[in-house]
Amino acid sequence: MDMQVPKKKLSLKERYTLMTRDLAWDTSYQPKEKVYPYAGYEGIKIHDWDKWEDPFRLTMDAYWKYQSEKERKLYAIIDAYSQSNGHLGVTDARYLNAIKLFLTGVTPLEYMAHRGFAHVGRQFPGAGARVACMMQAIDEMRHAQTQIHSLSNYNKYYNGFHDFPHMYDRVWYLSVPKSFFEDAMTAGPFEFVVSIGFSFEYVLTNLLFVPFVSGAAYNGDMGTMTFGFSAQSDEARHMTLGLECIKFILEQDPANLPIVQRWIDKWTWRGVRLLSIVAAMMDYMLPKRVMSWKEAWEIYFEENGGALFKDLARYGIRMPDCAAQIAKEKDHLSHQVWATFYNYGAATDFHTWLPDAEEMDWLAQKYPDTFDKYYRPRFEFWREQADKGNRFYNKTLPMLCQTCQIPTVFTEPDDPTKICYRETTYKGDKYHFCSDHCQHIFENEPEKYVQAWLPVNQIYQGNCFDDGVDPGAPGFDPLAAVLEHCRMVHGRDNLDFEGSEDQRNFEEWRGMSKRNA
Amino acid sequence: MSKVFIALQTNDDTRPIIESILSDNPHAVANESPAMVKIDAEGRMTIRRASIEALIGRDFDLQELHTNLISLSGHIDESDDEFSLYWND
Amino acid sequence: MQIDLRTVSIKPLRHTYGHIERRFGDKPASRYQEGTYDLQPTHNFQYRPTWDPDREIFDASRTRLKMRDWYAFRDPRQYYYGTWTLARARQQETAESNFDFVESRNLASLLSPELLTLALDLLLPLRHVAWGGSMNNTAICAYGYGTAITQPCMYHAMDHLAIAQYLTRIGLLLGDAAALSSAKEHWLCAADWQALRRLVEDSFVVQDWFELYVAQNLVLDGLLYPLFYKVLVEDELSMRGGTAIAMLTQFMTEWYAESAKWVDAQVKVAVAESPGNAALVSDWIAGWQARAVAALAPMAERALGERADAVMDDLAQQFAARLAKLGVNA
Repeated sequence: MDMQVPKKKLSLKERYTLMTRDLAWDTSYQPKEKVYPYAGYEGIKIHDWDKWEDPFRLTMDAYWKYQSEKERKLYAIIDAYSQSNGHLGVTDARYLNAIKLFLTGVTPLEYMAHRGFAHVGRQFPGAGARVACMMQAIDEMRHAQTQIHSLSNYNKYYNGFHDFPHMYDRVWYLSVPKSFFEDAMTAGPFEFVVSIGFSFEYVLTNLLFVPFVSGAAYNGDMGTMTFGFSAQSDEARHMTLGLECIKFILEQDPANLPIVQRWIDKWTWRGVRLLSIVAAMMDYMLPKRVMSWKEAWEIYFEENGGALFKDLARYGIRMPDCAAQIAKEKDHLSHQVWATFYNYGAATDFHTWLPDAEEMDWLAQKYPDTFDKYYRPRFEFWREQADKGNRFYNKTLPMLCQTCQIPTVFTEPDDPTKICYRETTYKGDKYHFCSDHCQHIFENEPEKYVQAWLPVNQIYQGNCFDDGVDPGAPGFDPLAAVLEHCRMVHGRDNLDFEGSEDQRNFEEWRGMSKRNA
Repeated sequence: MSKVFIALQTNDDTRPIIESILSDNPHAVANESPAMVKIDAEGRMTIRRASIEALIGRDFDLQELHTNLISLSGHIDESDDEFSLYWND
Repeated sequence: MQIDLRTVSIKPLRHTYGHIERRFGDKPASRYQEGTYDLQPTHNFQYRPTWDPDREIFDASRTRLKMRDWYAFRDPRQYYYGTWTLARARQQETAESNFDFVESRNLASLLSPELLTLALDLLLPLRHVAWGGSMNNTAICAYGYGTAITQPCMYHAMDHLAIAQYLTRIGLLLGDAAALSSAKEHWLCAADWQALRRLVEDSFVVQDWFELYVAQNLVLDGLLYPLFYKVLVEDELSMRGGTAIAMLTQFMTEWYAESAKWVDAQVKVAVAESPGNAALVSDWIAGWQARAVAALAPMAERALGERADAVMDDLAQQFAARLAKLGVNA
């Protein structure tokens, strides 16, 4: 017998290389430009894909092993939670409205991320980057599904969860997340990974899945806590991928810097505007609060995002210009957004309410410079009016920002008593914005943003009613027709939490769970 | 110097991991929140396989971290023996 | 397992989401249904893709196939992420113990040098074929229409990647890193692999995603897996003393048997939809089948010598029988 030569043990890195990028080859029967047709048009110059550093080195065998373990745990908790009527253990049924926003506004984004990463997972000429993107594509499907499955039990007992994909394509405030993600997905592959990897993963998911989900746990929502933390464990890989992409692009060619800087400027602002919804969720929708939006923002954006910018400084990346305005807005954002939802509570797929005295004290303590001065008087006035039977539901459609699609409700950065409006004219048409930064984003790519499907404008054009509805019929109620088109049930899904079916059922069921019937 | 962090779910699997991180990185600080702990450290944090193994008395693959990891920040350097987070500033 | 804890018996307002109820009625729905149907956005797209400005982000016109309801493509395995991952993790455990068994007993040393060389020559270039299958299924997930068919394609893409990684491990176990690089050299330069490489590279530029589905998942894999893993590894190499190799490719054999059922179900639905679809599918099959058979023949010949022709005929017959069951006019 011949002698057994002991094999050299390969390092994790060497082994991973053989398991991934070594599988690829340079095609010769088909030109590279045809196999990867979208790699060049953004102007990003990549000279050597071999310089790509793999973010996490998970081969499929290890991936299946750890992911299946996570899935097993997650579904065991979901089952136990629904079998024991865990929903009756949440602090207050008001809380569930935050979760409705989650299912209608965030879960569809996870799905979009799934398809978007499949797209770049096919299109990047570098095999190492492609494998990381493919893995992210299935992870994102996991997130969409674990959210749908966890929240399925709430849907059985509470209103507003029932038609999330249908609403995502149609409801006015959901065009904010929808346009955000479709903006990223219609961009080229490099902009997509920078936008999602940086703005969505590094900033947004950390704020959403860490402090907000910790808040869910604090409010007794085991289901959300479990899918939230379990999803974020994948996000850790995704953030690392996003960071690696940015670094890699910048290291490849100095000419890439201005392009990447423009993307970072754009997507920081796009992300900040999208997150204003999460701001309202954290400050107003959690009955028990772990930390304020502002505190979470300081930890995950200022400290953690700041560390990232400092790190990228050696490539010439600077903090985006919008940072100055962002710093000013953190004291105002959540209050202004919640006030808007309260105003338009007849057209939301969740219930709204006014903070009670104790909650206002908490807000005053967390926002000492702004809450008592600007927002408490407003909420107290509305409370007074509501108590007199004058609960005002705004039925006039607001003007939307052409870029972020949020109603133009934000104030001037230096004057919280004055609404901020900006406008520009492009090819003879006038376009409106909520801020200088949204206007600049439009002006950089007007041909993209003139296409925007703005719900308010579409309603006025008659495009948001069911087929066969006649807006000219006598007594036609446009708001009712729009709600019906969105499959929102008036009086059940919308209006005040106080007096809602959700509130009544929760009280009654909770009573039953504590007594013998 | 910027801070890196790692956030882990709090359960029986992570107890020894947290303990070993804190003892291997004396500059690290643990911040507890409902159901999670976030460990911050200036500049760099290293998780050592050997330290965890010493606490749990069995072999530990650093990729097992994925099961209970919530989030992290910083660049990653991963080998069979160590998992490090760091910033370059 | 359902446990009635008898804490509170409250009547649910509804049993499932509205879009699921409209399809299946108001009754408890499966996780597959809730995690699949109508998930892909269909209306009011904001902007046209800069990479495909003539179409919407999700657009049914990226294939010439036409369906009244794209959710007719049901996965008989009912895979959503959780069930797929759990199924694969179980198979992975078996694969792992097979690799351990072969390694710890040093079964590779029992293989004759000729047999070892033949096995490595045949199997290792397939790493690249599997990588191609992974790319193509990723593309179908990206550009296909409706979650019912795009979702399993992404799982299929990862399965192909896993197969490429198992083949890599086989190379490292029975040979070393140099064996992998010489197989790659064959893939790139050796004459008998070029028809296959050309076919794979041509599939990368197919624009119609359902044609790509047919070319990759039905035709190429439908011929390659039975030939390599059944005829060449399980029958031929085993007979010549290479049972250990068959242990290492068990994942591929089982995976192919399982996933072929899914592929069949999709093709069957597409063809049954309309005569137009049936004609398209059979044209696509005809075009790719001839090329695939020609591309695989040199490997059959390398392993089987003059018995190759009979084996290839047999393979073609089995494939024709499979197509007949799907309602395809070959």
